[in-house]
Amino acid sequence: MSLVDALTFWRRSVQARVVVSTLVLGTLAVVVVGWLLLAQIRSGLLDHRTDQVASEAAGELREVRERLAATSTVDTDVPTQRRDLVSPVILRGLSRGFSVVLAGPAATGKRISEGGTESTPGLDTSSVPVALQRHFEDPEAPTAWTYTTIRTTTPDGETRTVPGMAVGSQVELPADGNAYTLYLLYPLDEQEETLDLVTRALVAASLVLLLLVAGATWLVTRQVVTPVRMAREVAERLAAGQLHERLEVRGEDDLARLGVSFNQMAASLQLQIRQLEELSRVQRRFTSDVSHELRTPLTTVRMASEVLHDARDTFDPATARAAELLQTELDRFEGLLVDLLEISRFDAGAAVLEADDVDVVEVARRVVDAARPLADQHGVTITVEGPGHPCPAEADVRRLERVLRNLVTNAVDHAGEPGTVEVRVDADDHAAAVTVRDHGRGLAPGESAMVFNRFWRADPARARTGGTGLGLAISLEDAQLHGGWLQAWGRPGGGAQFRLTLPRRVGAPLFHSPLPLVPDDVSGVEPARSTEVGDRS
Amino acid sequence: MTEPAVTAPDAAKGRILVVDDDVSLAEMLSIVLRQEGFDTELVGRGDEAMGRFRAYAPDLVLLDLMLPGLDGIEVCKQIRAESGVPIVMLTAKGDTVDVVVGLESGADDYVVKPFKPKELIARIRARMRRFEPVSSESLQIGDLTIDVAGHQVSRGGEPISLTPLEFDLLVCLARKPRQVFSREVLLEEVWGYRHAADTRLVNVHVQRLRSKIEHDPERPEIVVTVRGVGYKAGPA
Repeated sequence: MSLVDALTFWRRSVQARVVVSTLVLGTLAVVVVGWLLLAQIRSGLLDHRTDQVASEAAGELREVRERLAATSTVDTDVPTQRRDLVSPVILRGLSRGFSVVLAGPAATGKRISEGGTESTPGLDTSSVPVALQRHFEDPEAPTAWTYTTIRTTTPDGETRTVPGMAVGSQVELPADGNAYTLYLLYPLDEQEETLDLVTRALVAASLVLLLLVAGATWLVTRQVVTPVRMAREVAERLAAGQLHERLEVRGEDDLARLGVSFNQMAASLQLQIRQLEELSRVQRRFTSDVSHELRTPLTTVRMASEVLHDARDTFDPATARAAELLQTELDRFEGLLVDLLEISRFDAGAAVLEADDVDVVEVARRVVDAARPLADQHGVTITVEGPGHPCPAEADVRRLERVLRNLVTNAVDHAGEPGTVEVRVDADDHAAAVTVRDHGRGLAPGESAMVFNRFWRADPARARTGGTGLGLAISLEDAQLHGGWLQAWGRPGGGAQFRLTLPRRVGAPLFHSPLPLVPDDVSGVEPARSTEVGDRS
Repeated sequence: MTEPAVTAPDAAKGRILVVDDDVSLAEMLSIVLRQEGFDTELVGRGDEAMGRFRAYAPDLVLLDLMLPGLDGIEVCKQIRAESGVPIVMLTAKGDTVDVVVGLESGADDYVVKPFKPKELIARIRARMRRFEPVSSESLQIGDLTIDVAGHQVSRGGEPISLTPLEFDLLVCLARKPRQVFSREVLLEEVWGYRHAADTRLVNVHVQRLRSKIEHDPERPEIVVTVRGVGYKAGPA
C-alpha cells in the first residue's frame, strides 16, 4: 500500500482513526502512570535501604571510634594505626558485602586518586564520588552520603559495576591527631534487580493492556461503523436510482432506530419520486393524446376548407370571402396548436434532441431562402453573410431551422417597410453563432428580457403580424436544449439584434460567442442605452 | 416482390388504399384524392388492412399509425413482408420516435397531421413517380449490378429484392459514384421534397438499404457515410 493509499484509508476509515487515537491516548496514560508507579516504588525501595545503610554505617563508625578511643595515643605510628583501624572494617565488609576506603588526612586536601589510601581489595577507589570527597575537605564536616557507582575487580580480573551508596564520616587518628575520612560503599544491586523486575512486569502488563484496549475499541467501533457503512452503501444505491433499496434493521438500539428512520426517509422519497414520475408520464401522455385527438379533426377541417377555398369562384361573394377567412384563420389556428403542443412538450420535459453534425451557414441560407416570399410581401430585403467556410455544430436540424425561421420571420415582421434584415453566421473552435439584425422600431430598455416571454407583445395596440406569440419562447427552449444561448439586444428606434450561439458539441460549456451581441454599426455609440439580455443558464 | 400492375378500368392515375380509423378524415381524403384523379379504397381497422390490400392491389398505401385491431407499425411490416408498394404514413406526432419506428418498419415517407391537401398530393405524386430509365442502362457499383430499366439489382447473378424507394436511392447514388450527396439533396432527388424536410428519412432508408446490399451493414462498403456531409456510393 502506497503512502497515498494509506492516507486515503486514514481519511476514510473512522474505525482506523478511533483505534489509533485510542492507542495513542492509552499509551500516553500507561506511560505516565507507569512512570509515576516506578518512581514511587524506586523511592520506597531506596528509602528503606538508605535507612538500613545509615544505621549500619553508624554502627560501624561507632565501633571504629570506640576502638580508637581504646588505643593508646602515642605508642604506635600513623600507618600502623590506620591499618589497625581499617582492617577489621574491611574484613567485616567482605562478609557483609560492603567496601571500605580510608582516605586522608582531610586537611591535606589530597584526593583518593592521588593514592595513600587503605581500601577493600579489588575495589576501584574512584567509586567514591569526587563531590563527596570535596565535602570532606573540611576537617569538621559531618557524616554524609551519596549515590554512586561501585566498580570492583574480582580476582579473575573481571570488572563489575553496580549502583551503590557511599557513606563517609571523619575519624580522628590519635597517632597524629589528624581527621581521616572513612568511606563505606554499600551496593544497591538487589534493589536494582527488584526495580528491573517491576519495570519488566509493568511494561508487559501495559502492552497487554494496550492490546486489549485496541482490540476492544476495534470491536466497539466496528459495531457502530458497520451499520453506518451499510447505510452509506444503501444511500449510494438509492441515489443511483434503486429506490427499493432498504437497510436491514436488527434490534432496537440507536443504530436500529437510525436504520428505521433511514428506511422511512427512503420510502417517502420513493413515493414522492413515483408520484412525480407518474405526474410527468400523465402530462406527457396527455400532451400526446391531445395532439392526436386535435390533429385528426383539424386535418379533416383543413382539407374541407381547402376544397371550399378552391371552389370559391363558384360561390357568391360573401360565401367566397367566408371560405377565404376560414382558410387563413385555420392557418393561424394550426400554427397556434403546433406551438402550444411544442411548449407543453418542453414543459413536460419530453423534448428530445436529435443532434447531428450540421453546417449552420447552410441551414441559415436555407431558412432565409424559404423566408424570401414572406420578406418580398413585406418589402424587406434579407442578406446572409457567412464567414466563407462551413460553420459546423452538433445540432438538431429541425430545431435549429425552427429557431432561425422564428428569428428571421420575427425580424421581417419588425423590419418596417421597406426594410432590411441582415443575417450573419460565424464559428470558432468552440461555438457557432447566428445573428439576425433588423432596423425597425427596436426594443425599449428592459424589453429585451421580455421578448422571450410567452405571448408577449411589444406594443399591445399594434396589430398581430401573424405570429403565434410563442415563437421566441420556443426558440429559447430549443437553444437551451442544445446547451446554447439565445439573446436579444435592442434600442428604441435603433432596431434589434438576436443572437443564437450553439456549442460545437451539444452540452459542451459555452464561454464566448463568435459574434458580438451588440451590432458593429452601433457598438461604442451610447453603450449605456443598449440593453443586453441573456440566457446563460 | 411483385409490382402491382396499373390496370384500373377507369384509367385512374393510380389506386390508393387509405387505412385510417377516423371516418370523416378517411372520407375527406378520398374526396380530395378522387378530385386529383386517384381511385381510392378505405379501411378502418388495422386487422382488416392486409385482406383489403391483397384484394385491391393498390399503387400506394396511406397508413395511419394509430389503428384499432392492429397498430399501423404492424400493418406496415406485414405489407413490406410481401410487397414493395410505396407506403406513406399519416402521423399526429411529427417529432416522436413513432416516425422513426414507422420508417424503420418500412414506410417510405410520412406526413404530419394536420397536413395541407396539396402537400399530401405532392408526397403521393413523388412516391408514384419513378426514375425515367435510360434505355437498357446498367450500373456497376462494388460487386452489385443494377439493371435500371428492369428494376433489378443483383450480386453475382443472385437478385436482391429492394423496394422501389430503396432502388431509387441506390440508383441515385450509383449514377454518380464517389460524388457525395448531402441528405438534403437526396431528399430532393429521391423523395421529391422541394424544401428540406426531415433528414431522418434518409438515415433510416440508408440503414434499410445497407441491411439488404452490404456484406456487413456495420461496415458499409457500397453506401458510405461521409461524416458531417452525407452519403456516397463506392469505396471510401
